[in-house]
Amino acid sequence: MHEFIQTLINGLTTGFLYALIALGYSMVYGVLKLLNFAHGDLYMVGAYIGYFVIQWFGGPQAVSIPVPLLVVIMFLLAGTGAGALGVLIERFAYRPLRTAPRIAPLITALGVSFILENSVLLLFGGFTRSYSTPSFISFSTGIHIGSVDIDSVQITIFVVSIVMMYGLMVLVHRTTLGKSMRAVASDREAAEMLGIDVNRTIAYTFFIGSAMAGVAGVMSGLAFNQISNTIGFLAGLQAFTAAVVGGIGSIPGAMIGGLFIGICESFASSYISSEYTDLIVFGILIVTLLIRPTGLFARPALQKV
Amino acid sequence: MPIGVDEWVAQHGDRHDAGTGWRRAAARLDRRVGWWPRLALALLVGLIFGQLASNVNVETVAVNSLIYAILALGLNIAVGWTGLLDLGYVAFFGFGAYGYAIFSSHALGTGGVGGAPLPSIESIPIVLVAAGTFGAAIGMMSLRVSGDYLAIVTLFVGQAFVEFVNNVDPGTLGGVNGLYGLNPIHGFGGQIITPIGYYYFALIVCAVLMGLLHMLDNSRTGRAWKAVREDELAAEAMTIPTGAVKVMAISFGAVVGALAGTIFAAQQDNVFPTNFTANILILIYACLVLGGAGSIAGAVLGGIVVTAGEQMVSSPTDAGYLFYGLIVLALVLKVRPWRMLGAVIAATIALGVVLHAIVGAISSSAVAGSPGSGGWIGSLVSHWVIVPSKAVGYGNVLYILMICMVFALIHVRERYRLALLVPTIYVAACCWESRLIVNPSITAQILIGAILIATMAARPQGLLGSMRVEVV
Repeated sequence: MHEFIQTLINGLTTGFLYALIALGYSMVYGVLKLLNFAHGDLYMVGAYIGYFVIQWFGGPQAVSIPVPLLVVIMFLLAGTGAGALGVLIERFAYRPLRTAPRIAPLITALGVSFILENSVLLLFGGFTRSYSTPSFISFSTGIHIGSVDIDSVQITIFVVSIVMMYGLMVLVHRTTLGKSMRAVASDREAAEMLGIDVNRTIAYTFFIGSAMAGVAGVMSGLAFNQISNTIGFLAGLQAFTAAVVGGIGSIPGAMIGGLFIGICESFASSYISSEYTDLIVFGILIVTLLIRPTGLFARPALQKV
Repeated sequence: MPIGVDEWVAQHGDRHDAGTGWRRAAARLDRRVGWWPRLALALLVGLIFGQLASNVNVETVAVNSLIYAILALGLNIAVGWTGLLDLGYVAFFGFGAYGYAIFSSHALGTGGVGGAPLPSIESIPIVLVAAGTFGAAIGMMSLRVSGDYLAIVTLFVGQAFVEFVNNVDPGTLGGVNGLYGLNPIHGFGGQIITPIGYYYFALIVCAVLMGLLHMLDNSRTGRAWKAVREDELAAEAMTIPTGAVKVMAISFGAVVGALAGTIFAAQQDNVFPTNFTANILILIYACLVLGGAGSIAGAVLGGIVVTAGEQMVSSPTDAGYLFYGLIVLALVLKVRPWRMLGAVIAATIALGVVLHAIVGAISSSAVAGSPGSGGWIGSLVSHWVIVPSKAVGYGNVLYILMICMVFALIHVRERYRLALLVPTIYVAACCWESRLIVNPSITAQILIGAILIATMAARPQGLLGSMRVEVV
């Protein structure tokens, strides 16, 4: 039984990461109807920013400031860095293609993802870098219930993710910005006619979505210790599956989809085989799309002629 | 006439600009020569090239170009004609290569065909039929999911293929080590072993395929594909069986992709899972998008240009031609009138010479490095670009600076743009000489990404695609 619960906890850890990435995917899809393939790479960029923050403050062996402060700085810088990059990408790659055929921004997104991945390879090299989390955060501190361990990194991930998701819900449902985001998502032209600054709303959406991906990157570095320039592609794919399973464009859907995929992956790797986790996630995606093509939480859309 | 393109309207600008004298005569000749004579001419050029090519490296690059041309032709069926964003296409390429590899080696071991390799004349058709079935199965998904969802599902198919050959049954599929020591293409008592032999084989396959696809393009099926691309709902209302048409497009594309795979495996003599990753997929997309989605000639041209360009980047001498040639070409196309062009080039040269002299006077180690370009270009620019003796960190900073300057260039108003163009070109040249050219493989990948973005922004129809005009 304790193995089951431990697997569940580990699954929740990955699940929260996927959920954070999936939220960005889903929000961008909501306002632009664009699959942002570069989103997974923003997560990778966030992970690298976190790594360089650790190096800046003396390296993992000799951190020169209190560790909680370090983690906060990592989250903040990775969030703003990835967010700013997301806004730049939107401004220079996607905005000129607003009125182009649907396939054009998709191919551009592939190109952006490819450039990001290879730019990081050029600038920082292709080897895997390690956060060396255990040398500044002890994994043994945390909550122990019987033989089930929730270490402090996992607690941080749970708390920060839940706070961010709650903040996002408040933002989308209670603020003017959130209202304009929902308006742009439901009908861009009508929103523009009602005086909403569409460009600004889309830029904010990209910033928030990309910032969450960047924070997720730092979390993955803390939890799994290893980052390289290729982690973005697969994480982006899994997170996209999460967004689709939950119903793309739906915020609670992305959260629950992310947790679901994370838990499935965790159980698959500990009870079946770690080699086939991607194939299993793929299977979930296919089954979801075949049974409910619009996902679990989105309303089926009518096609207007 | 292609559906959705009002040719007379589309060509209005061209007729207007046709001019007089030899340009008009050339344009008229261009209109008179039909499609088949052009194909024959292209084939003739290919055959002459084969006769002239004497270097094994050149021949290998030529074979690769043709393989990518065939791949782009296959991708064009689903993406260019039917408008389905098939991101799992590389799986079909891999399927063909692995299919050929299994039948042409002892991979099947004691089971199957008793371990004896099949002659290619039997194995290639088996692989192609199997690929068509596989493609139809993947295509079935397009019945349930469409648009972006199809893109992501097929992307997963490509990913799943790599996982599959990596992990499933290493005895037969070789796992990460791949399959090697394959038999070359053989049949009728002969076999193809030299690169030039594969060049001629691929050339003939490519030409025949272009002919078949051209006929398909103008057939009932071809028209149905383009109808689905333009408006699926309207096509369905016109009683076109859209589901069957879409499955067919992906399946046909799979056959062509698998055909390229068989040639690839036979020529390379081995297959590895890493030959069929998402990087290759993006390379194929770059070929098709650059050449022009929807155009047969465009797909072939894109395949040749992208593969040859990728090869040029990896040679220090040729990379210089490519880089400076592209800059001059872009300037000639974009900067008008002529005296502005002259002013920009002169200012760029002057800026470099002056900066190099100033920096050299302050610190001699800051200009101590030698530019990465070889040959006469390298010696020409060595007193123009600033390359310090420790170039890596400097080059990284310049790379980021270059990207920021390109952003600024897009962002600023028209009249400041020319002024900003001069330092941008100079920074790009310094970055190229000190950093980019040192890592040709990464640079090639970055350039491929840039091709995708730049083509979509500047000329979405690619080099040879036709301009689409909305008919209201």
